[in-house]
Amino acid sequence: MDDPIHQFNIVKYFTFGHIAGREIAFTNSALFMLIAVYGISLLMLGATSRRSMVPGRLQSLAEASYEFVADMLRSTAGSEGMRFFPYVFSIFMFVLFLNLIGLIPYSFTVTAHIIITASLALMVFLTVLIYGFWKNGLRFLRVFVPSGIPIYILPLVTVIEVISFFTRPFSHCVRLFANMLAGHITLKVFAGFITMLAAWGIVGWAGAVLPLALTIGLTALELLVAVLQAYVFAILTCIYLSDALHPGH
Amino acid sequence: MDPTAAKMIGAGIACIGMGGAGAGVGIIFGHYLAGALRNPSAAQGQFANLIFGFAVTEALGIFSLLIALLLLFAL
Repeated sequence: MDDPIHQFNIVKYFTFGHIAGREIAFTNSALFMLIAVYGISLLMLGATSRRSMVPGRLQSLAEASYEFVADMLRSTAGSEGMRFFPYVFSIFMFVLFLNLIGLIPYSFTVTAHIIITASLALMVFLTVLIYGFWKNGLRFLRVFVPSGIPIYILPLVTVIEVISFFTRPFSHCVRLFANMLAGHITLKVFAGFITMLAAWGIVGWAGAVLPLALTIGLTALELLVAVLQAYVFAILTCIYLSDALHPGH
Repeated sequence: MDPTAAKMIGAGIACIGMGGAGAGVGIIFGHYLAGALRNPSAAQGQFANLIFGFAVTEALGIFSLLIALLLLFAL
């Protein structure tokens, strides 16, 4: 059976040169990120180039995605949070497109690499830290001291809040990464069962129907997970940004 | 003990942790559904909270899966 990890191999297409002893190369990961960015740009530019009062198919898709992210941001971070709308919308669409493109057979799942999700999560974390301190000054530290807690357990709660604040970028990136990785490995393992059974001849063909049906079901489940994880990544971004806007809980 | 065997056993044991996350996610969705059936009009407003609770709970299961994957493929 093929190694189920093989699909995550990074393949170098060509190299731009070396910076500080590190090779800067154009890989399949970069290619699929470019495809996602072009896809999003085409969708949004194509939808807004011929605007009409009664939206067509493409325009209503773009409007629905805009409304979806805007509602999410307003409900979690309030109307002040709308200043972060371009950021959250870019993150949501980028992760969503990468997840969905990754489901196409023989393509590459960029979000199944922790370096990608970690840099996205660190960007959110640093935005929260820098914007929080810039906007609120030292009052931002109130994020660690929830209001309405009895004074005798407040030190304990504060320690827990500090720990939970600093493990956020870790859980934020690992969630997306591990979901994508585990889902794609599962798909590959079940797809491997089909070829293993089919190698047995006619009896195997009859048996291979079962894993084939399972693979179809799992693909549908992975489609759900791809959209859900993009949503979860975006809504956690909104919730963390809301801490920077209103630190007092 | 053979280190490879120990790794495999460790990966298997690490996956037990996912059972707890499974129970937690089940409790979250079950209680959401119970609440939503009692008061369907308020259900839509709590969807973001549902997903947040789901994500935070699921992360713990994912951590144990990560340990298993690290043991199997990285260490």
